[in-house]
Amino acid sequence: MNNQKNKTGKKAPFLETLIESFIRLCGISSIIFVFGIFFFVFKEGAGFLFGGLDIWEFLTSEEWYPTSLNNKRYGTFALILGTFSVTALAMLIAVPFGLGAAIFVSEFCSPKLRETFKIVIELLAAIPSVVWGFIGLTVMNQLIIAVFNAPIGLTMLNGGIMLALMSVPIIVSIAEDALKAVPDSYREAAEALGATRWQVIYRVLLPAAKNGLLAAVLLGAARSIGETMAVLMATGHSVNIPSGPLSWIRTLTATIAAELGEVAQGDEHYQVLFIIGILLFTITFVVNLIADLVIKGIRQS
Amino acid sequence: MKTKIQVSDLKVHYGNIQALNGISFDVYENEILGIIGPAQSGKTTLLKVINRTLEFAQGTTVEGSVQLDGVDIYSIRDVHGLRRRIGMVLPLPVGLPLSIYDNVAFAPRTAGMRKKAELDEIVERCLQQAALWDEVKDRLDSLGTKLSGGQQQRLTIARALSHQPEILCLDEFSIAVDPITTMRIEDVLKTLKDEMTILLVTNLVQQAKRLANRTAFMLNGDLIEIDDTDVIFSDNPASQSTFDYITGNFG
Ligand SMILES: Nc1ncnc2c1ncn2[C@@H]1O[C@H](COP(=O)(O)OP(=O)(O)OP(=O)(O)O)[C@@H](O)[C@H]1O
Ligand SMILES: [Mg+2]
Repeated sequence: MNNQKNKTGKKAPFLETLIESFIRLCGISSIIFVFGIFFFVFKEGAGFLFGGLDIWEFLTSEEWYPTSLNNKRYGTFALILGTFSVTALAMLIAVPFGLGAAIFVSEFCSPKLRETFKIVIELLAAIPSVVWGFIGLTVMNQLIIAVFNAPIGLTMLNGGIMLALMSVPIIVSIAEDALKAVPDSYREAAEALGATRWQVIYRVLLPAAKNGLLAAVLLGAARSIGETMAVLMATGHSVNIPSGPLSWIRTLTATIAAELGEVAQGDEHYQVLFIIGILLFTITFVVNLIADLVIKGIRQS
Repeated sequence: MKTKIQVSDLKVHYGNIQALNGISFDVYENEILGIIGPAQSGKTTLLKVINRTLEFAQGTTVEGSVQLDGVDIYSIRDVHGLRRRIGMVLPLPVGLPLSIYDNVAFAPRTAGMRKKAELDEIVERCLQQAALWDEVKDRLDSLGTKLSGGQQQRLTIARALSHQPEILCLDEFSIAVDPITTMRIEDVLKTLKDEMTILLVTNLVQQAKRLANRTAFMLNGDLIEIDDTDVIFSDNPASQSTFDYITGNFG
């Protein structure tokens, strides 16, 4: 009997150790994957990045002629501007809508309507980006041509609207969490002082939730910067310094997606595409880092 | 004596739970009415009916009437204006996540006051009245939520006074306050009584005895009795349960 007990007594810890090491393995491997991806991207681009590429020209020249026969030029300035302008436009649309919807859902909805709303928003978030691109290519294209009398509807405006629709769900759900995290006692106290619904919102809730709201916006922006398919399909995909919402543009991500399949592995053009990858990595990393720091700020206060 | 508040046959339900079973009483102008009773007796609910913060909670129904200066409060259109006629101090202090100054200036600002000098004057007067001025006068710009519990409670009292209410409701204000500060606030209440009508919900029966002109005893949503504090705290109040509660032989 004593033996028996010992056996089962030993078995449980063994199982636990097994589970524990499995979980640890999962955790470690996800870290390894992230570093692995970065290492791979870096390795593919490193040769040209440190040997031959004029980094200043890479960042500031608008001449992107990677396939020219006698004078290849790798300037990504137009692409960087394309990425940032379409993201800025998307945020211009998505932030008011997203924050407004979050305020509506958290402060004005009945519980039942709120549940419905959340399901719709989650559905919206689950739509694959190629579908958005397709909508941009067809419906939005026609709409822009009709409304603005433009020759082609595949523009920065089109891409911006698509990106806005894709980042609104992120902004809404994070911003709503931030507003819900504001204790009800604040609302009660402010109401007891005679504040109207709106006064409660802009004098108490928004200041109390401001870090969470900022994080929501930043994560929405990070989503826009990293998005590929939709902008590839909806923005006209032509290298061009954007001059307004109706100009066609090309983004960093779309360039990689469109050209990587057609380059010879290991040549300069191939390496430059990976250097663009490093650039994107850095940009989204910085944005996410800021969002993280902001969120950490919330937890501490 | 002029009647300030007239409550008649007030019933409140939270969904299926009945919190007040049809209670009626009057509150006179410039008196301190003590309201005592064990937990769950409906004291907080009563205060929330009076400043109409209850009605937005899901599934609550209020029947009967509450008249303020002879006007049914549920017929008043400007509910925000009504709330500013009533100061409310909740049991656990809620410093709004604003500076000390902005906490006290909150209600005057929502009412539309913008002049810095007037606001300064109100902030100083209210903090003085709440016995907090000396401790915070050098750091009015720091966050109200960073004060100690007792200081925050006095901040909420200052805030409740900032809109010069006609009625001040205090719900177990001394839970988070030390005895010495409690005494200071009690002294303040005694002087405030000349300017306003005070409803003092308290778990400390001795506090009602010290301060209240009249005292009401509530139990499970019923108003058992309301009378002069001397009578309630005498050897023979009208109800045996009042006597038992006050002498600590309850339940
Ligand atoms: N928001 C609410 N939802 C549902 N029921 C509630 C709510 N608030 C109070 N009640 C119920 O109403 C009754 C009276 O509660 P109330 O808070 O008014 O009592 P109280 O006398 O203030 O008690 P305490 O001395 O503990 O503060 C209780 O049965 C309580 O469970
Ligand atoms: Mg209570």
